[in-house]
Amino acid sequence: MTELLQQLINGLAFGSILALIAIGYTMVYGILRFINFAHGDIFMLGAFAGFYVAPKIATVLPLPSIAGALVVMGISMAVCAALGVLIERLAYRPLRKRPKLTVLITAIGVSLFLEYAGQFFFGAAPKKFPDLLPVLPITKIGGLSLNSNQIIVLAVTMILLVALRFVVMKTKIGTAMRAVSFNPEAAALMGVNTDVVISFTFALGSALAAAAGILWAINYPSIDPLMGILPGLKAFVAAVLGGIGNLPGAALGGLIIGVTETLVSGYISSTYRDAIAFAVLILILLVKPSGLLGKKEIEKV
Amino acid sequence: MTFRHAKTFLLGAIALGFLASLFADRINPYWLFIIYDIGIGIVMAVSLNLINGYTGQFSLGHAGFMAVGAYTSAILTNHFGDLNTFAANGIFAVALLAGGLAAALAGLLVGIPTLRLRGDYLAIVTLGFGEIIRVVLQNLDQVGGARGLSVSHGWTNLFWTFGLAAVTVYVVAALVNSTYGRGFIAVHDDEVAAEAMGINTTKYKVTAFVIGAFFAGIAGGLYAHSKQFLTPGGFSFMLSITFVVMVILGGMGNTIGVILAAILLTLLPEGLRMLSGIEHLPGFAAERPLGWIGDTRMIIYSLLLIVLMLARPQGLFSLKKSSIPK
Amino acid sequence: MALAGTVLLTGCNKPAADAGAGSDTIKIGEFASLTGSEATFGQSSHHGTQLAVDELNASGGVLGKKIQLLTEDNQSQAGQSATVVRKLISSDGVVAILGEVASSRSLEAAPICQQSKIPMISPSSTNPKVTETGDYIFRVCFIDPFQGTVMANFARQRLKLQNVAVLTDVKSDYSLGLAKFFKQGFTAAGGKIIAEQNYSGGDKDFNAQLTSIKAANPDAIFVPGYYTEVGLIGLQSKQLGLNVPMLGGDGWESTSLVPIGGAALEGDYFSTHFSPQDTSPVVQGFAKKFLDKFHESSDAMSALGYDSVMILADAIKKAGTTDGAKVRDALAAEKDFHGVTGNITIDASRNASKPAVILAITNGVFQYVQTVAP
Repeated sequence: MTELLQQLINGLAFGSILALIAIGYTMVYGILRFINFAHGDIFMLGAFAGFYVAPKIATVLPLPSIAGALVVMGISMAVCAALGVLIERLAYRPLRKRPKLTVLITAIGVSLFLEYAGQFFFGAAPKKFPDLLPVLPITKIGGLSLNSNQIIVLAVTMILLVALRFVVMKTKIGTAMRAVSFNPEAAALMGVNTDVVISFTFALGSALAAAAGILWAINYPSIDPLMGILPGLKAFVAAVLGGIGNLPGAALGGLIIGVTETLVSGYISSTYRDAIAFAVLILILLVKPSGLLGKKEIEKV
Repeated sequence: MTFRHAKTFLLGAIALGFLASLFADRINPYWLFIIYDIGIGIVMAVSLNLINGYTGQFSLGHAGFMAVGAYTSAILTNHFGDLNTFAANGIFAVALLAGGLAAALAGLLVGIPTLRLRGDYLAIVTLGFGEIIRVVLQNLDQVGGARGLSVSHGWTNLFWTFGLAAVTVYVVAALVNSTYGRGFIAVHDDEVAAEAMGINTTKYKVTAFVIGAFFAGIAGGLYAHSKQFLTPGGFSFMLSITFVVMVILGGMGNTIGVILAAILLTLLPEGLRMLSGIEHLPGFAAERPLGWIGDTRMIIYSLLLIVLMLARPQGLFSLKKSSIPK
Repeated sequence: MALAGTVLLTGCNKPAADAGAGSDTIKIGEFASLTGSEATFGQSSHHGTQLAVDELNASGGVLGKKIQLLTEDNQSQAGQSATVVRKLISSDGVVAILGEVASSRSLEAAPICQQSKIPMISPSSTNPKVTETGDYIFRVCFIDPFQGTVMANFARQRLKLQNVAVLTDVKSDYSLGLAKFFKQGFTAAGGKIIAEQNYSGGDKDFNAQLTSIKAANPDAIFVPGYYTEVGLIGLQSKQLGLNVPMLGGDGWESTSLVPIGGAALEGDYFSTHFSPQDTSPVVQGFAKKFLDKFHESSDAMSALGYDSVMILADAIKKAGTTDGAKVRDALAAEKDFHGVTGNITIDASRNASKPAVILAITNGVFQYVQTVAP
């Protein structure tokens, strides 16, 4: 029983990070009906931003510390938000009227570019991510091991999700986002500046990916330019699982993928771990393509 | 490419290939095997073009079909010891065919579930299938898993490479230019309209996958008997991307463009290698970071994709605005 | 189309066989993964060969000629090694080939070298099959069967371990090979493999596998993978409360291991080729020269890269010529060559018969424990 609970905790911690990345995917899809293939690489850049910023912050604030970690995360999120907006402006906006396939190919191009330029500039070797948080003694409850980093991941994810919900539901820009995702033309007619909304969506999604990158790097302190490929793909599957375009769905999807992967890996076979996410994807697309929480979308002619 | 020209092309290429293979030992092996790579690249790109370009199904898992063909043919030929030329070619033909059929079966398995999917989803699912094939091969001890599989016979030669490249081009061209083939283009142009017109889009989509996969399997067999060593990791998403770039660069649905793109992109790393050869000259300090060729190649690919989509989505080698033959 | 093809063919004829006769340099080819997923190992190995070549040239070269090292990158990708080795042999006319770290890429290139009768020396491929390809293929490192048994015996005899769990990287043939021979050796010595789990190189999260291993209650975990994952595995296993020592092979050897794994790696052991504390002037000299030239610490890969050049140079000197067959014979006859990575004797299977060294991680530093002779 203890083992099962432990695996569940492992899965939830891993899954929360996936959830943060998945939300970025789903937001962009909701607005633009397009999969931002490069999203996983924003996650990677968030981690690298943290890597390069941390030593500079350490001269001003003590590291490891909660304050220091928050500052590093904040800066990383800001950097990636700006990057997300920039990519949208340069690579995606000019293609808005074109077929979806064109933008998808461009997104793949951006993704590859970020990965290999990353290898070129950062070097291919994994780097040790600096310790941002103090290492707290491991909490043991009857055989279960919860380390402070896992707790932080769960806590921060919760906070970010709540903050996001607030933004989406209660603010003007959030309402505008929901309007554009529902019907872009009608929203534009109502006076919503779609360009600003789209830029904002990219900024928000990228910021969350950066946060995910920092949390990931805190838990698995080895970063490299190709680290975003698999988590990105798994997060995409999570977004589809939850219902693409649906925010709580993405979060739920992330947790489910995290837990499923962990349980299958621990109990059945760890050899097929990578294939699990894809198997889930194929399954859900066969059984319920609109995802767990999604609505059936009718394709208009 | 019109059908008439395709026939002449086919016969000419097979004859040329046969003649050339007689002189093969005069050619520098480095370049000889590059020519094999080009031939394999043409088969892969043209077969992918059928799926992506003509039928408009964005497949990112083409390397997976290549892997199935490679491993199947290798396992078959490994059973045999040394054979005389006649027997060797016979067995090779059978092995290649088997590889193609196995890959076609995989294509069927991939094609059917993906019927209902559009654009982006299809891309991710095909990527997923490619990865699943890789993971399965990695765990199959009978084919060596991650330790790899040695292929005893290096039977790929100019005759087979030229010949099969030509056959692929011929078949795809013939198919697309036939009345039956109009169906592919209809699916590409507007799936909903095609359905409304009574075209069984499902049948066409699956057919495209199966035929495309078949030739990818053949290419895999050629690859296996050229490199003579296979690893599952060698058939990754990155390899699939290489062929996707060829199709896009050539112009989706433009067979000649795709062939040119395949030649260009296979020669690109060699061109970069020749550039780096400059640093071997005495007195020329190698100031470039180690391994700049590898990273540069991928950076070029990715920028090509982005710039092409922004500036010239019909591909580099396409003369027409719309590349689908009317 | 056909015309273009014919022109291409006639243009690419074989250059006249160039054995370096008459020219004043000896060309040695090297193929390595300078970019891509295994770039860290390839670059390290290449730095080692570079250092050796520069050193030899500084002291007059070999047979009175300077060595020209031609290095090609295979980008850690399958299929590329064959291409670049063909280029080195047929276009560049090298007299010998050095490479590679990864056994799968060595296996790709070996048949080509064998067919062309060009000696090939792998610095660190440990799959036995590499040298089995033919009599022109050599290596300067020990092979998986030896290394696996070394750790198995160490675990049983010195550490008195009974139940060991094994965590293998299924994406790496090195890891698979080492795991296989460890399991064989350990059970033959009376131990029990109590749990087996796998991961893929590149993974970061091992909690699932470690939790499962923890439930089996092992005395230790054998992790025959690369340092890139081992550091994280150590961290996570201690976080889960799995406080047992870890054992490993030469894939652990890197200066990045302890920075990533930190205190979690205390009390772990691994086998490798040489100890940085070896006071012999050869080892210390190499470590210092490497640090001075590249501003980074040396590791097993770079030391082996260095040795592969040095032993080749020695063989060429003994053969008195760069002729492939004679160099091959000289290599096969190498006995007691004093390399940085120990005394190398090339055995009948063209593998290096040399001792392995077991290191412990104590106070964040690699400490010498014992030497195991073959």
